[in-house]
Amino acid sequence: MFPPIPNPSVDPAAATPRFGEKDIMRRSASTVEPPAQRLTEVAKLIDVTKCIGCKACQAACLEWNQLTEEVGINHGVYDNPMDLTENTFTLMRFTEWVNPETENLEWLIRKDGCMHCEDPGCLKACPSPGAIVQYSNGIVDFQHENCIGCGYCIKGCPFNIPRISKVDHTAYKCTLCSDRVAVGQGPACQKACPTQAIVFGTKEEMKGWADFRIKDLKSRGFENAGLYDPQGVGGTHVMYVLHHADQPSIYANLPDNPRISPIVETWKGITKYMGMALMGVAAAAGVLHYLVAGPNKVTEEDEENAEKLAGAADLPPPAGPAGSEGRPT
Amino acid sequence: MSAHDPKTPVPTPADDVQSGDAVHPGHPVTVDRYTVAARINHWITAVSLVLLALSGLALFTPRLFFLTGLFGGGQMTRILHPWIGVVLFCSFALLFVRFWRANLPKRVDAEWLAHSSDLLAGREEKMPEVGKYNAGQKFVFWSMSALILVLITSGIVMWDQYFYPYTTIEQKRIAILVHSATAIFAICVWIVHVYAAIWVKGTFSAMTRGNVTGGWAWRHHRKWLRELVGKPGSAPTGRGTHTPAE
Repeated sequence: MFPPIPNPSVDPAAATPRFGEKDIMRRSASTVEPPAQRLTEVAKLIDVTKCIGCKACQAACLEWNQLTEEVGINHGVYDNPMDLTENTFTLMRFTEWVNPETENLEWLIRKDGCMHCEDPGCLKACPSPGAIVQYSNGIVDFQHENCIGCGYCIKGCPFNIPRISKVDHTAYKCTLCSDRVAVGQGPACQKACPTQAIVFGTKEEMKGWADFRIKDLKSRGFENAGLYDPQGVGGTHVMYVLHHADQPSIYANLPDNPRISPIVETWKGITKYMGMALMGVAAAAGVLHYLVAGPNKVTEEDEENAEKLAGAADLPPPAGPAGSEGRPT
Repeated sequence: MSAHDPKTPVPTPADDVQSGDAVHPGHPVTVDRYTVAARINHWITAVSLVLLALSGLALFTPRLFFLTGLFGGGQMTRILHPWIGVVLFCSFALLFVRFWRANLPKRVDAEWLAHSSDLLAGREEKMPEVGKYNAGQKFVFWSMSALILVLITSGIVMWDQYFYPYTTIEQKRIAILVHSATAIFAICVWIVHVYAAIWVKGTFSAMTRGNVTGGWAWRHHRKWLRELVGKPGSAPTGRGTHTPAE
């Protein structure tokens, strides 16, 4: 067993948050001075092989975050609700998979939710300063008072996690229980898990624990057992132990090689810089041309020509006055 | 009276002349270029385009996020931008109906473009005579038409509040990229348009009071002026039903 995180101390001093504003490593649409010293990186490890699908984590998440999910309908599968919502930050996804090698039916249960990427696509896409922050312990958190509800985070996320509330039009997702972690507690889902399929600690500890679990799985014949800590997003602070780590997508479409979409990178990278440059060049070219070439003015002669043309056509017999009017000669 | 047009053929019924265009002889000659309706239509389009550029740029680059303050904050900017886009689209669609015929490409446009360096260098006398719009104006017209069509289409794809379920996230990503790149081009075309109006003196009155001087028309749109002067009903005995000058 992984040693459980002890219960909180009731001493008021222990309630002082252990991290906060000063530990912000990245802030959306802003440049921040990264903290001189990085906090120990934390991680949640979800051992899919130990999950029994009880949904205690889902219930605990709602309860801790004081959220209520709508009463849904039974779609004939265990998934409930059918997708993440602005209230359901974490969702058990059930997959019935027939292993082609053994022809056994395997019931794959994955707890879906924010992966807390080291390189968060949501934060990269966010246009609103400070709506998304990343603490130096790895937690990616949404700051609702700064969120404008544009949904860019949804496009930035490689895992399709954030959801926009229809009530306050801001984006919601798992916070990794940053409020609990700040006072030395594990996330609510971890606390509720009856089989220790969810464990929480430092990222190093979690990798070590995962190694132990993977060795155990391999000894039981799961030769492809492994850790899901995708490097395409710089690693994540929510990791999975998978029995079939060679094919993550069998676990309800867990991306095999997640990365921030190149389209998003292009949009937030070259398009932004080239675009601003192009508009600047266009405006500068105008100013420069005006300074060099000067205004394009209608001359006296142009007016006279027009008067001749109009006068001649308009007043056939007395063309004289209109035509000769204002003529300097 | 033949002195003014030694080589220009008498203009045939020209699609360059639009309803409301008329010449008023006098000193100086004035030429009606845009009706009141066309001007109102233009300025609704112009105001919405500027508001869209400001709110769009605010969401495009963090450096300009402060522009959301003009719209009542980030949430309001996010709410308003698409609706202003709808206004722009409808307003521009009306402009398109008004102006498309006079913007059809002509043979002379190629010649005009070939001489565009003369124009920029101030040698306007080398330019061929053009109708109501020159090739540059036609370029602005058609590129804006195309860009606005792309902008409204991609904009709807990324308008999550009402259209989220109809497209995939990947399609929305493409839409955002296309929308921002297209908007940049639209802003550049807008810069060209505004600069041309500033550079070519006497142009603004066309969109404020609706008329230009005869000299302006002679200098920049001589073929159009000739067509107007030779317009059936206006050439031999005055301008018929048109309003008297001044």
